[in-house]
Amino acid sequence: MTGTASTTIASPARRRQTSPLLLLLSLRTLIALFVVLGFFSATAPNFLDIGTLVLLAKHVSINALLAIGMTFVVLTGGIDLSVGSIVGLAGMVAGGLIDRGVPLHFLHVTLFLDVPVVIAIAIAVGVLVGAINGLLVTWLSVAPFIATLGTLYVARGTALLISNGETFPNLVGRPQFHNTGFPILGAGTVLGVPVSVIALVVVGIVAAYLATRTPFGRRVYAVGGNERAALLSGVPVAKVKLAVYMISGACAAFAGLIVASELVASHPASGETFELNAIAATVLGGTSLVGGRGTIWGTVIGAFVIGILADGLVMLGVSSFWQMVIKGLVIIAAVVLDQLQRRMQRRMAIQAQAA
Amino acid sequence: MTVQPHAAPDDVILRAVQVGKVYPGTTALHGVDFAVRRGAVNVLLGENGAGKSTLMKILAGVEQPSSGQLFLDGREVRFASVNDAAAQGIGIIFQEMNLCPNLSVAENIFLRYPAVRFGIDIDRRQHIEAARALMRRLEHDIDPNALVGDLRIAQQQIVEIAKALAHDARILIMDEPTSALSATEVEILFRVIAELKSAGVAIVYISHRLEELVRIGDCVTVLRDGRLQATAEMADIDIPWLIAQMVGAMAEPAVPAPPRPDARDALRIGSVSLRNPHGGYFVDGVSLQLAAGEVVGLYGLLGAGRSELFEVLIGAQPDAEGSVVLDGEELAGLPIAARIRRGIALVPEDRQREGLVQCLSVSANLSLASLWRFLRGFAIDTAREHDAVLRAIRDLLIKVSSPNVEVTALSGGNQQKVVIGKALLTRPKVLLLDEPGRGIDVGAKAEVFRTMRHLAAEGLGVMFATSDLKEVMAVADRIVVMAGGRVTGDFPRARATEERLVAAANQGAAAAAGVAR
Repeated sequence: MTGTASTTIASPARRRQTSPLLLLLSLRTLIALFVVLGFFSATAPNFLDIGTLVLLAKHVSINALLAIGMTFVVLTGGIDLSVGSIVGLAGMVAGGLIDRGVPLHFLHVTLFLDVPVVIAIAIAVGVLVGAINGLLVTWLSVAPFIATLGTLYVARGTALLISNGETFPNLVGRPQFHNTGFPILGAGTVLGVPVSVIALVVVGIVAAYLATRTPFGRRVYAVGGNERAALLSGVPVAKVKLAVYMISGACAAFAGLIVASELVASHPASGETFELNAIAATVLGGTSLVGGRGTIWGTVIGAFVIGILADGLVMLGVSSFWQMVIKGLVIIAAVVLDQLQRRMQRRMAIQAQAA
Repeated sequence: MTVQPHAAPDDVILRAVQVGKVYPGTTALHGVDFAVRRGAVNVLLGENGAGKSTLMKILAGVEQPSSGQLFLDGREVRFASVNDAAAQGIGIIFQEMNLCPNLSVAENIFLRYPAVRFGIDIDRRQHIEAARALMRRLEHDIDPNALVGDLRIAQQQIVEIAKALAHDARILIMDEPTSALSATEVEILFRVIAELKSAGVAIVYISHRLEELVRIGDCVTVLRDGRLQATAEMADIDIPWLIAQMVGAMAEPAVPAPPRPDARDALRIGSVSLRNPHGGYFVDGVSLQLAAGEVVGLYGLLGAGRSELFEVLIGAQPDAEGSVVLDGEELAGLPIAARIRRGIALVPEDRQREGLVQCLSVSANLSLASLWRFLRGFAIDTAREHDAVLRAIRDLLIKVSSPNVEVTALSGGNQQKVVIGKALLTRPKVLLLDEPGRGIDVGAKAEVFRTMRHLAAEGLGVMFATSDLKEVMAVADRIVVMAGGRVTGDFPRARATEERLVAAANQGAAAAAGVAR
């Protein structure tokens, strides 16, 4: 018996028999990416211009950042509906700090903070909302859908309260207060690459490393796969869940800063329905909403597919109503193909076994 | 004596001819013949992974065969679903229970074919009446309005049986129906089976308890490695023959090594208590010691508090009181992860619900509890992890083509070994195993118990819970009996007799019953 075990282990590669169709299916998100790229480069004029592509990548980076955070939450079997509101809230916090500063009444002065501090505070606010989500889900056993639906409203309301519904129209900052530089996040480039795209690459690499190579990542998958078994194996389930919502909050706040920086203004309603785009990118990338299955790379590619589709259709002049219909169909198709792949993999494994 | 002439054709109600089934990772059946006789208990026997459960699922329409044919009353049939098979009179009681805990007993029984008034609304009163009649027939006083989730496992099993009986099954398939039942409940079940038999119902009976099979079986079919090994009339054969057919050779009884005179206590438990929601106790002031190098068997009936005690020890019950000292260090108040790091590990009773992460690979499951061992900075050193996983697979003889296979592709016995391997990779000083032999075959069981003895010889303290007398007598150096949450007996093996153990196990039974009701 030992013999069979060790000899078969020695050649795991031999077992990986794949059919061309299965290979196509397993790479479907990537293929979808090239299909939409190919389609729009053929039909939309100037689609492959550097300028267009850079703009596209900038658009995508916001949704991709949200979706990366969302992926961690979904991998544990949860969901985070509050990310869109965190986008708005983080933008308003940053906008308020830059535009109005912190009035210190007892000293009769107003404190204006440096931009890095402003950014850190805005992200901390996102982490805080995430922590509230996490505590609701773990300590108080509120279902993730409900907990984050609640914070969706609370965060959005808070964003509106900050300015009484007004927009902070100018986030350039004033040199005499040493708080200039905020627009770099949305408009700056390094060697021609937008800062937001670089941010996406960095966050993506860190997230993928976290998910695949660290005990934390392994525990995220285990919690989503079988929470009870994970608990009895010494996985600190509550801490893991708390952490994923905090990561999601941080990603959302970061995305909110980029949105505000691009517009050089912060509007309390920005980020509405962004949570749905993030969930769509996550699902399109092959992450199971039940938890336990999915990858960061899949999610990033999913975000690109959605982004290219949206921008390409705009360039073709397709009405926004049809855009919604098409986006919906693509999401459904992604999930259907995912099921198809599972079934085919099963059948292939069976055939390989029978042979 | 291996193959008996076929029974008279008119006697056979259901016949499987050359039935095969292939799963990812395993071929469960290679062309098996099986005949089910009317008015008889047709025993299906084999080790774990021998293909019993698969064959049974094919007969009940849960799975479709990859090859071969089924004949019902001489006509070829094909079952598209469980409902399809049920419509033709085939009922099944699953090993893993298939009840909705959020519905009442009556609602569960009539879930498939609810009685309706005027074709619209459910006739609740008729359901309750019929459910009550079924419970009377099964000699169980279970309220048809009670929620299934509130019932004990044994009571849920009775509801499963009632569910199958409610649909006038002509063929009733039972997969390990007694695994969760107490001795008296088993007697009731056997009476029900005898009654069904005389009514002409064909019973397909699967169990690992050989004494049981010899007692109630009429004919036996033995599978080994997915192939038909032998068929025989039960009257012609005995238990050693059954074991020989299953395992391939006479399985030697697990002979425990002489206990080492090691005075060091690996684990000392002082007045551990855990309250239940009804104001009583799951675990009631339990104190005991476990020496390094010792195998202690924790014997007791269902509901004696053994699983709960283990949960307290591993830290899954934060509300527990009392002290748990591991190798001189107090564990009380520590979370599970910290306890595992200090050297205590648990193999839970229910491997599907509590042992495995189904969507992860064999490798990720094995290393899940011991990731801290493979750290390099923040990251997992995959090379070291891979080495440890391969060693565990080899040491425990886990049959798997690659450690990257999803754990669900393995047979039950091999899945159990993965759970044990996961515990061992944490390098425990004390290993707790809850019903380690449950639902696995004689061969795998012997392997598991041999591993336990081996670990004890290496200086681990091993404690295992079981409700199987023979098992505890064969494997343990010392036997602790629990009843009603309390320790009611503590016998070195030399002084333990079956009578003493049973007497101790029933000592607090009245109290236990009071708690459970």
